[in-house]
Amino acid sequence: MERRPARGTRPTRGTRPAPAGAPAARPRARLHPAAWWLWALALGTAATRTTNPLLLALLLTTSAYVVTTCRPHTPWSRSYSAFLKLALAVLLIRLVFVVVLGSPIPGTHVIVTLPEVPLPAWAQGIRLGGRVTAEGVLFSLYDGLRLATLLVCVGAANALASPSRLLKSLPGALYETGVAVVVALTFAPNLIADVQRLRAARRLRGRPDRGIRGLLQVGLPVLEGALERSVALAAAMDARGYGRTADVPAPVRRTTAALTLGGLLGVCAGTYGLLTAAGADYGLPLLLAGVAAALAGLRLGGRRSPRTRYRPDRWTPRACLVAASGVAVAALLAAASTTDPQALHPGVVPLTAPTLPLWPAAAVLLGLLPAFLPKEPS
Amino acid sequence: MIRFENVSVTYDGAPAPTIGGVDLTVPEGELVLLAGPSGVGKSTLLGTVSGLVPHFTGGTLRGRVTVAGRDTRTHKPRELADVVGTVGQDPLSHFVTDTVEEELAYGMESLGLAPEVMRRRVEETLDLLGLAALRDRPIATLSGGQQQRVAIGSVLTPHPRVLVLDEPTSALDPAAAEEVLAVLLRLVHDLGTTVLLAEHRLERVLQYADQVALLPAPGAAPLLGTPAEVMAVSPVYPPVVDLGRLAGWSPLPLTVRDARRRAAGLRDRLAQPQPQSQPQPPNGPAAEPPLPLPAPRSGSRSGRLPFLRGPGRRTGTGPEPSAAPPLPAEAHALAVRRERVQALRHVDLTVAPGETVALMGRNGAGKSTLLAAFVGLVEPSAGSVRVGGLTPHRTPPRDLVRRVGLVPQEPRDLLYADTVGGECAAADRDAQADPGTCRALVSGLLPGITDDTHPRDLSEGQRLTLALAVVLTARPPLLLLDEPTRGLDYAAKARLVAVLRELAAAGHAIVLATHDVELAAELAHRVVLLAEGEVIADGPTAEVVVSSPSFAPQVTKILAPQEWLTVAQVREALA
Repeated sequence: MERRPARGTRPTRGTRPAPAGAPAARPRARLHPAAWWLWALALGTAATRTTNPLLLALLLTTSAYVVTTCRPHTPWSRSYSAFLKLALAVLLIRLVFVVVLGSPIPGTHVIVTLPEVPLPAWAQGIRLGGRVTAEGVLFSLYDGLRLATLLVCVGAANALASPSRLLKSLPGALYETGVAVVVALTFAPNLIADVQRLRAARRLRGRPDRGIRGLLQVGLPVLEGALERSVALAAAMDARGYGRTADVPAPVRRTTAALTLGGLLGVCAGTYGLLTAAGADYGLPLLLAGVAAALAGLRLGGRRSPRTRYRPDRWTPRACLVAASGVAVAALLAAASTTDPQALHPGVVPLTAPTLPLWPAAAVLLGLLPAFLPKEPS
Repeated sequence: MIRFENVSVTYDGAPAPTIGGVDLTVPEGELVLLAGPSGVGKSTLLGTVSGLVPHFTGGTLRGRVTVAGRDTRTHKPRELADVVGTVGQDPLSHFVTDTVEEELAYGMESLGLAPEVMRRRVEETLDLLGLAALRDRPIATLSGGQQQRVAIGSVLTPHPRVLVLDEPTSALDPAAAEEVLAVLLRLVHDLGTTVLLAEHRLERVLQYADQVALLPAPGAAPLLGTPAEVMAVSPVYPPVVDLGRLAGWSPLPLTVRDARRRAAGLRDRLAQPQPQSQPQPPNGPAAEPPLPLPAPRSGSRSGRLPFLRGPGRRTGTGPEPSAAPPLPAEAHALAVRRERVQALRHVDLTVAPGETVALMGRNGAGKSTLLAAFVGLVEPSAGSVRVGGLTPHRTPPRDLVRRVGLVPQEPRDLLYADTVGGECAAADRDAQADPGTCRALVSGLLPGITDDTHPRDLSEGQRLTLALAVVLTARPPLLLLDEPTRGLDYAAKARLVAVLRELAAAGHAIVLATHDVELAAELAHRVVLLAEGEVIADGPTAEVVVSSPSFAPQVTKILAPQEWLTVAQVREALA
């Protein structure tokens, strides 16, 4: 299609290669989202290796410090506080359960004795109320803190790089699935906004706008609205070329199908082999071959989609350092948990104050590296 | 560029075709305006160009539509994506990604353009649409005008040869609408893009159109011609054309500038009778309003509409001072914060019974927030707000509906039932009114709507009127309307104006938040201009709008320095 040049004399037609030093080569200020997710999930993995509250607190502080210094100014980055609240709720619920239902940890230090509810014989083994011991509470506190830390690490990943950015880095063949997931991800916030708007509208009709009944009565209109919006979005996406396919020669198509199917079969058989005692020798090679074939199939399948990427996130040395710092924390803590289990899992019977083991603590501090890397010029 | 050959579209289950006998050609590089009353199938006709009708909506398309030589019967919308760019009525439902820059690139990514081409076009489009400063902003945080520009930009980057827009300016304030239209004009002039757009607010667009395609009635064949030719016979026309017809100018003027050149004679004729029939505010809050109402434009309805009654008498609830009844609406030093944004600061506003106030200002100036504060949807962070002596956010909704009623921007939010009859019964119950109150209002305002109609099947204007009837069931002394004329054609607007005038005459206080300067000129006694949450002007309509170039109605601009606001006033003075 021949077009007149736009805006003066600059050529705008597509096939000319970019001149040297074209804007496309300019580095972007933001880090590859996968680096942040690797870093955060590695910190979360490290948290699962220990129940030492001091180490967990150190992990929490580390991730919080990095989030506050490095997070971008987007609506997504505000999700961190939501994850903090969720983690706190998890911790509290766990404590409440221990106080009400008791704990299997034998303890001698009774904090308080709650009135015990007598239960019928068939409910044997369940206790409601009764003695609450310091050991039991402490044990569940340690355990809950571990789960809370894991949640906060996931929250950190969300705040530093939104999951939709991560999904955009998927290979071409999976791109459209990725877009569908991204659109679905925005469904929930839209739904909440709709509920708020319609509950407000109930007030205009003179009906109470609070309470569970109000919520139920707006249910149908909200779903209708959400459905309508989805249809409108689908129409807009279709009109903008979503789902266009390129012509692929038949042999390539067949090879793609064979590679993908064969790869998946290989993965299944290999996993089976690894899990059964008899197949340990052929399991691993078969699994690896399956994965390789499936990846090749995906790559070849990408040819069917003519999509290109606009300013894809680049994997820079800085991204390597960020990801490596997280992985190092996870690896060192995993190693420490095998060499020094006492320090990483402080006992509660008998009651002792947990101590901060020096080397694991130093390892956790490695996770602070992203906050001290020089900022890329923006 | 676009050829319709004997096209008709019939939706599944519809008794008659929505559009029929469409046989026209849109030449390359022209801006063609699609005009016509609501419900004549403008959106359907636009949809056939991008192929969304019938590939996406269903229905049967007869005849043939070709765009740049491609037949839409054999090409799906996605295969037309490189030649047609479509922007629908609601820009928000158009966005796939969440930042401006990614949104601009999305269409090009789908088409598989080379990365360096995409980069260059994104930069150019950011400049062309004045979006460079917003490139990294999340789309959800942009104002309505900015979102509309991003939506246009996002279909522009693949360099489509045809741009199809459905009501691109109806949600925008006058300045933002000018901005969007300027961009479209630039595309037509500089890039030779063919633009086909539908718009109800002809006064904004007509002057830029090369040709006008008029759809006179549902299923009727369209009429294509130069704007002046079409406007001579069109059932929908902007005030400038109305004035031209009244003064007998031929050819009809289409722009304020054309009209001003011819208006010398008219100004002389009008020099003696200075505008008398401007809406005057009632004398005092308690006075029976002796409104010198100009006759409604439709003419036939001159007397009061019998089913409209005044606001209900308050029956002794609450502390009622014996001296003077409380005003319908009062705000003193009102400030509202919404999610870290100072939406309103230090707003003082009082509204007397029988008074109509228009709230104007750009998108995001705080108009809707002010209305929300009057119905207690938001809590003031400082200052006070009272309606009929009550504090809205502390009043139970059940009592509040008898003091204040709001018709929201999307009237559908107010409707829950699946039939008009059910909606009316529920409204009577909510308002504790006599059974049949709401139904009587609906019958009066919307003759010919049966009880078993689904609210979804009503047109935009009918739905608004139904919501208005629901709100009026409780006979609130204060009536608030948020953007009531969005999506209404001139006839529906004239009916709304007549109804609102009657309500004001019956003693209701009315506050409208609107971008529609013509509506404000016809209805409002007073105009309040808001900017960044502050009141920047508050005074009689004539004074405020005459002094502001962007808020002055067309008639004012044409007849300046005389202070006429509407064609109805001029018509009366000449009679």
